[in-house]
Amino acid sequence: MKATSTDAGLANGAASEPRGSGVLRVAMAQVAPRLADRQRNLAMHLGQIEAARQQQADLVIFPELSLTGYFVRDMVPEVALPRESAEIARLVEAAGTLALVVGFVEESPQHRFYNAALFAEQGKIVHVHRKVYLPTYGLFDEQRYFAAGERIEAFDSPRFGRVGLLICEDFWHLSAAAIMQAEEVDLLICVANSPVRGITDQGIRSAETYRLMASTFAQLLGATVIVVNRVGFEDGLCFWGGSRIVGPDGSVVAEAPMLDESLTLGIIDLAELRRQRMITPLGRDERLLLTIEELQRIKRRRYGG
Amino acid sequence: MERDAAQAALDINPELVTSILDRFISTELYRAGFRRAVVGVSGGIDSSVVATLAARALGPDNVLAVTMPYKTSSEATRRDAQTVIEHLGVRSLDVPITESVDAYFRRFPDASRLRLANKCARERMTVLYDQSAAFEGLVLGTSNKSELLLGYGTQYGDLASAVNPVGDLYKTQIYRLAEYLGVPEPILKKPPTGDLWVGQTDEGELGFTYAEVDRLLVLMVDCRWRRAELVEFGFDPQFVDHVAELIRRNHYKRRMPVIAKLSSRTMDCDFRYARDWGT
Repeated sequence: MKATSTDAGLANGAASEPRGSGVLRVAMAQVAPRLADRQRNLAMHLGQIEAARQQQADLVIFPELSLTGYFVRDMVPEVALPRESAEIARLVEAAGTLALVVGFVEESPQHRFYNAALFAEQGKIVHVHRKVYLPTYGLFDEQRYFAAGERIEAFDSPRFGRVGLLICEDFWHLSAAAIMQAEEVDLLICVANSPVRGITDQGIRSAETYRLMASTFAQLLGATVIVVNRVGFEDGLCFWGGSRIVGPDGSVVAEAPMLDESLTLGIIDLAELRRQRMITPLGRDERLLLTIEELQRIKRRRYGG
Repeated sequence: MERDAAQAALDINPELVTSILDRFISTELYRAGFRRAVVGVSGGIDSSVVATLAARALGPDNVLAVTMPYKTSSEATRRDAQTVIEHLGVRSLDVPITESVDAYFRRFPDASRLRLANKCARERMTVLYDQSAAFEGLVLGTSNKSELLLGYGTQYGDLASAVNPVGDLYKTQIYRLAEYLGVPEPILKKPPTGDLWVGQTDEGELGFTYAEVDRLLVLMVDCRWRRAELVEFGFDPQFVDHVAELIRRNHYKRRMPVIAKLSSRTMDCDFRYARDWGT
């Protein structure tokens, strides 16, 4: 059986340098963007980048659609930017050596509009993720306004290793996490605009789900997981914040407050990754080829051919 | 005692709800360029909760509580309104509506009790909106989710407001919140009344209690149970159908007036912007 062959050596990724000790300082910019006011949000980003730099951060992460706000609706074409735009370049340049994750509406050369997030490092855009899963149910209406992304792929960063970037609803699809596991990510970042949609005697339902997902995915992937959510209100919708960094053992490394704006710094101990992968080597034992064969069998059953 | 599905769905964390609504009120007002709020205070639980939230969010000095009694308003109601105002230390204004309402109905002496009740509600709305301009504060709504769903309110009357912090809380949840917020005892204890006429109570008029109907509403609306499931759970089928019909029949009260679509972009149809656009 083909699938029994070892997967080792298949994905001998570019980031093959062993990373060991040291720390990474990550600033989570839990902000409340002004809805459809790009100029003001750009200024807010520049301020947060500067504040993160003063905290000696290595990476600053803004939430989903941080340049535009969430309920952009018919303003989508007006707030959209090509990734080569001067405004994006200005942010990337301002960040300089500080790595940066920003959420924006991306306009493609074909004039499609994507809910996108970029990762920039050393003055360059390294990766742009276009949100694949656009929620269109309940209060969500994203497929009306956005084109869906077509790829879920990780990328390499000299300082952060292999990195996965997902946007909000992507994180709720196990397949996205499974792909990131196959990508052998060291760091999984999810930027979100998660609202309150259900309150119990305990707390906010969606916040509890995120808390569980972040902790579970971190342990199952043997990776650091960072979720950065926004705060503030749009048309009655309350974004609950609660951004967090979870270590590969599932424990919380840093946590931003619920409901309020904050720039929260978390310190990632790089040695933790190695320890956890020794203790529970799930990535080592993962059978990628078996998974692919099973998925192909399921594809034949569900779609024929 | 074990909670059943309805109780579990109605249970809220009042501290969390308060912290959300505190921020909601100040954020919505500030983004519209206001620092103050106007609340019609009746002495009932809903307006007491809204006034309390507003006082917490904005400071008592930035809240104007307006009492607007009609000649049939009971002494107890007026006293309860006064108790809340004093308890919170908010600013207050008493604007009786008897003269203006009666002046109008002198032309229509045979008007029904319902017409009078609706007229009173709309008279109060015009007072609140006028005081809104005078006080430079936005009108806060006090309609709860039970009333909004059942259509138990007057369109452009008590349903009118700029910002409604309690519209997604069922009446029983409002009680829970009121208890947490320390709303004075007499208000917590008395039966809900719109004080529409002497001896009127909401539950007498509706024909069921909020405690009963909230259990049904939360399972029907929030948890999306089907009719058969609700009946199996123990609700009387006639009660289920009656409430479902009230929700349907009163839906117009929850929407903007319908506009005949002619152009390529029409308000409320395919001209879609968030209300908080640009703020």
